[in-house]
Amino acid sequence: MELSEEEQKILNGYAGEANRKAMEILVALGTIYGADRLIPVTSVQVSGVSYDNLGEAGLEFLADMASGDAKAKVLTTLNPAGMDIENWRALGIDADFAKNQERVIEAYTKMGIIPTCSCTPYLFGNVPHYGEHISWGESSAVCFANSVLGARTNREGGPSALAAALTGKTPNYGFHLTENRRPGLSVQVRATISGTHGFGALGVAIGKVIEAQNTKCIPYIVGIPQASIEELKSFCASLATYGGLALFHLQGITPESLLFEAPQTSLVITQEDLENAANFLNDPGPVDEVDFVSLGCPHLSLQELARVADRLKGVKVKKPFWITTARPTKYIADQMGYTSIIEEAGAIFASDTCCVVAPIKGRFKAIATDSAKACYYAAAKNGFKTHFMPFDEVIAEALK
Amino acid sequence: MIFHGRKISPGVAEGEALVSAMGISFYGGIEPETGLIVEKGHDLLGQSIREKVLIFPTGKGSTVGSYTLYRLKKAGNAPAAIINAESETITAVGCIISDIPCVDHIPIENLKNGMRIRVVAETGIVEIL
Repeated sequence: MELSEEEQKILNGYAGEANRKAMEILVALGTIYGADRLIPVTSVQVSGVSYDNLGEAGLEFLADMASGDAKAKVLTTLNPAGMDIENWRALGIDADFAKNQERVIEAYTKMGIIPTCSCTPYLFGNVPHYGEHISWGESSAVCFANSVLGARTNREGGPSALAAALTGKTPNYGFHLTENRRPGLSVQVRATISGTHGFGALGVAIGKVIEAQNTKCIPYIVGIPQASIEELKSFCASLATYGGLALFHLQGITPESLLFEAPQTSLVITQEDLENAANFLNDPGPVDEVDFVSLGCPHLSLQELARVADRLKGVKVKKPFWITTARPTKYIADQMGYTSIIEEAGAIFASDTCCVVAPIKGRFKAIATDSAKACYYAAAKNGFKTHFMPFDEVIAEALK
Repeated sequence: MIFHGRKISPGVAEGEALVSAMGISFYGGIEPETGLIVEKGHDLLGQSIREKVLIFPTGKGSTVGSYTLYRLKKAGNAPAAIINAESETITAVGCIISDIPCVDHIPIENLKNGMRIRVVAETGIVEIL
């Protein structure tokens, strides 16, 4: 890989230890994956924020990186933390955890990274445009940026996204190159799909087939006439979780579907496939075992918060009901009066965090959610049973 | 027997081979406090990766996995080296920041549990001793 004089100097340590380490990570990746050079990026999303995931070792790594004067060179936002930064006590987070979580956030903010603490940076201000080279972590956001926005990013790990933030560069390989964005499989959807729940099930159905094929081919999906931003964010989260996918093309909806033809090899998804996918996420057992209800994986949009407020007006919830969203989105919800309606109904705002990364292992028996991604982590990481249902039914479940 | 692969992360190491036919997700799949593989249904479930030459086709799962490798290293539970058929970004970055030698493009079907393996990552060499 060819480095500029400036890049070589940074690699030799002239811009300090954190920048040297950042450059070392990028050069190593570029060398491994055959990049010809580093290219500038305009936007970064950093994952690896919850102290529950980082542990003390991860925190030390970040504190080391932040100890000099290295600063993010481009717009950089942060993934969800392990707690609501302001309201953590109401979520039952202990004080030691909170202190450590604050140290993580401090390390990032010292490096000039904006603590949005959200998996949906594209809903408020970190919105790359078509063809823009970016470096994002967070699998659901990577899939959204590549597919829906048509920006270009590899699936970055926490440290490599941080390295891109500090240097403003990323190695030129993988999804940065047009030839690697070509679809390898047509998916014909012969079913009616709607809502976050329906699109989540579609992500499971397609993701599991591609995962089983052991080749991460890019699907070109036809047969879906329309999809809202909320449905697409749900689909991206599900497809990334169950298929490890970072990019899809959706005919008539995503921009690069215009660049490519649908490939010959074809997979058909029927109504029955969708039902099977939904059933896969539903643990056997009565729904009345549900003792935890959560909406907001990925983080709720303003429109979804409006809908929750509408359904909760004048009623009381009877179970712990977490509303997970980004703080910027919540600020507008505050102004619109949604927040007070939701809180008066007894639901709890868990801003900055979500039920995937908060330290709630073993705290509940069974979760009700509309999110296919949340089901995966609720079961694998937190040991909960999962009940997967449409958005409005999740709210109804909280009222039972 | 000697195999020539590609350097992912530099270093020299020697240890007993622990071989999986499956992908590994470091985040969620391995407990950083113990080095034990905890993924349900994994062919190495319950085994420790500590000080082993860990051999598996490729990584999978969460983008936080690089930090899990770093936690394993700091807790003294990291593998001595990692050998992949094809290393992906998450494993590669985890090895680089944790100083774990890593080599890929090795025909891993030739490596069996319990073999004594030497890895010279700089030159991409994997040797069965």
